Amino acid sequence: MADLVNLTIDGKPVQAPPGTLVIDAAKRAGIEVPAFCYYEGLSLQAACRMCLVEVEKMPKLMTSCTLPVAEGMVVRTETPTVAAARKSMLEFLLANHPLDCPVCDKGGECELQDMTFRYGAGESRFSENKVHKPEKQWSPVVFYDMPRCILCYRCVRICNEGMGVNALGIVNRGVVSEIAPNKQDHLECDECGMCIDICPVGALTSGAYRYHTRPWEMEHVGTICAHCADGCKTTLGVRNNQIIRGNNRDRSGINDEFLCVKGRYAFDFYNHPERLQSPLLKVDGKLEPVSWSQAIETVAKKFQQVREAGGKFAVVGSNHTSNEEDFYLQKFGRQVLGTGNIDHHRTGDVPALLDALSGKTGKLAVSADLYQRKAVLVVGADLALEHPFLSFQIRANYRHHQAHVYVVTPRPVREDAVAAVSLRDACADVFGPLESLRAKLAAEPELVIVFGDVVKGEAVRRLVDFGESLGIPVKYVALVDYSNSRGAVDMGLLPDAGGLALPEMLAAGDLDAFWVVGANPLKAGELRSRSAFVVVQDMFLTETARAADVVLPAACAYEKNGTVTNVCGEVQKLKKALGTMGTKPDLEIIGLIAREMGAAPVMGPWTAEKVFDEIRRSVRGYDIPVPVVAAGGAAQTMPVNGRIPLDGRPDLIRSARDSLFTSGTLGRYSKVLNSVVESRNNR
Amino acid sequence: MTLSAELEARFDKLLKSYPPGRQRSAMIPMLLYAQDELGSVTPELVEEVARRVGVEPLQVEEVMSYYSMLHRKPLGRYHVQICTNISCLLTGGEELWQHACKKLGIGHKEVTADGQVSLEEVECIGACSWAPALQVNYAFHHQMTPEKLDRLLDSLRKAQ
Repeated sequence: MADLVNLTIDGKPVQAPPGTLVIDAAKRAGIEVPAFCYYEGLSLQAACRMCLVEVEKMPKLMTSCTLPVAEGMVVRTETPTVAAARKSMLEFLLANHPLDCPVCDKGGECELQDMTFRYGAGESRFSENKVHKPEKQWSPVVFYDMPRCILCYRCVRICNEGMGVNALGIVNRGVVSEIAPNKQDHLECDECGMCIDICPVGALTSGAYRYHTRPWEMEHVGTICAHCADGCKTTLGVRNNQIIRGNNRDRSGINDEFLCVKGRYAFDFYNHPERLQSPLLKVDGKLEPVSWSQAIETVAKKFQQVREAGGKFAVVGSNHTSNEEDFYLQKFGRQVLGTGNIDHHRTGDVPALLDALSGKTGKLAVSADLYQRKAVLVVGADLALEHPFLSFQIRANYRHHQAHVYVVTPRPVREDAVAAVSLRDACADVFGPLESLRAKLAAEPELVIVFGDVVKGEAVRRLVDFGESLGIPVKYVALVDYSNSRGAVDMGLLPDAGGLALPEMLAAGDLDAFWVVGANPLKAGELRSRSAFVVVQDMFLTETARAADVVLPAACAYEKNGTVTNVCGEVQKLKKALGTMGTKPDLEIIGLIAREMGAAPVMGPWTAEKVFDEIRRSVRGYDIPVPVVAAGGAAQTMPVNGRIPLDGRPDLIRSARDSLFTSGTLGRYSKVLNSVVESRNNR
Repeated sequence: MTLSAELEARFDKLLKSYPPGRQRSAMIPMLLYAQDELGSVTPELVEEVARRVGVEPLQVEEVMSYYSMLHRKPLGRYHVQICTNISCLLTGGEELWQHACKKLGIGHKEVTADGQVSLEEVECIGACSWAPALQVNYAFHHQMTPEKLDRLLDSLRKAQ
């Protein structure tokens, strides 16, 4: 490492690596220099002049956001001259900025408001009329109020650089400059809302949040997004038992401040009008609402009858339920119902990867590796649409560390823009293109290989052989689809040897009981066992629930505690944000059925903490530090090979290839995902 | 869109004039040359230039809306730009501007009905030593007087 540079900031001796900007050096020394346009991680703009500081031997005030540190530099950040300069900058910014803080969404968490309070520029000497333009709506989720905009370019840069979408720009000049969307009067983009979050004022506002509440009136609950497998932390703003917004401004999760449209807006399925709020029992071919006790009793009695008669059970688990629920469900299936017919919709070949990595350590990448490692190889996945956070990490890695990105996909993808080499595998054989990259990849110091469901079964082993033959440290990520797809595999929602896999359950004509927890296998398929007793736990009356004899209304991911495991095997905590009347978490439902069947002593208590404790003791790789997870962090599982018996059925692995605006059955019930124009454009 | 062979050649040369990855630098000269040939910058041209320099059309729009010498509507065949900046103002530029407006019956960035002449009041054109000055397309006219302006405008109106 190069020698550190010594400088003095506000009388404090500070050391920083060469090239560090004064504003960052000050921040690291605990000194805040205010800035609107400067944003860590984005390109420099130098537009707002709020970060002016006094530097000895320099003739005038300097912008600390563009000034690199120098040996012996003496910086003062809070002198009367600096304060006066900042005050006049604020007066300029406020020349056209309306004083509508009392009705502005940003009030209370507005950087301009905070600075005006600090430097006292609340009164203006300008008597001219303020420039005014009416507010514009660019999409169901993005609104723009031109007069409030201070032209810091943060939104433009996060959209261009962070997201790689280029949907925002600044048109006109001088006092009439304004932000413009890419389609004249509306936006066609990722609808991620990053621009809204990053706006230091109330110029860009959120369709979900606007005019609903004040930031201090909400309770902020940090939990994990219920949609894709990336495991982004979304901090839900909850008021009066309603979720009003999702964001991650506190940068508390693995995703820092990143969220896509799903994490930020698509929490709105929880209060969809079709949400089930009462158990349903099929009476004369029609589902009628009944009490919880009656529903549980019916299920328990029937399960008991089938078990005593030596009947055939089949259990289908979910890609969305918590680790605890998955574990409890498979335990119930195996130990109480005595069946090995347990499965879920498999979306990526994680078992094959773990198997291929037998005897090797440090081979599984975490999401941070995609930002830190020198090279990344993406095989067969459109990350920007299917795994937006992993895609964001790769773009940031390219911008900040000049990482080499290699892409082998069937179609053009957004990663092409940052790729050193992009290859199209039209014939779906990825190994041809991979061999042609061999020399280049072997010359990299290290590599992360991310692969989708085109690589499964024997191909996973081949891919690992290929990676290991490069002679460099390689880490792997097997992509899976949903919020706890990885956990479902790890917890053992897979058939025992000789047990039925999901398609075989549907095809079997002799099932006596079919139990589906948080899945929709009858969306495309049909259950041949017409006389089977069907129990479904779900939030909505899905195709599967319609075919059920008993439907038990389940709580969603935002309504329960527990843990989930993301695509990289990082375990994070779900935190209950609210409750919906009439519903129960799946863990409790399974527990109640167990109690009714007299199986409670076998199953143990159905609290998330107790079950997680059992997971830590009995699921290999899950012996992770509890405080890390309890405190809201992410702990990577350290799986050992051989935990999951391979059934050699790669044909059952099929990613749903959800885009940014679809999310399996759950996506149907999100108003936002269905209202944005892009969801109709088949993006 | 199809462009003339000369323009194609010019575009090719411009795109090669900048280091790899900096092709967006060619955007402004490309717009100016294309405007000279097509008479204005059309939406199709915006798309075309964006595609060639590898940016989004919105980023060409940013440039279009910033620079005053890029026009979305066709100008006259002869575009008369009269300077009213400091040196010209002191030597009668303002009067020349008023005179021209009155004579042609048009104002700033407007075109005569026959499409022959258009007027624009501009800032310094770098001809202070010969003020008051004006520019017709790319030709300069120095030390103008109302009489000289009359003769010039008459000739432009008749010119083919």
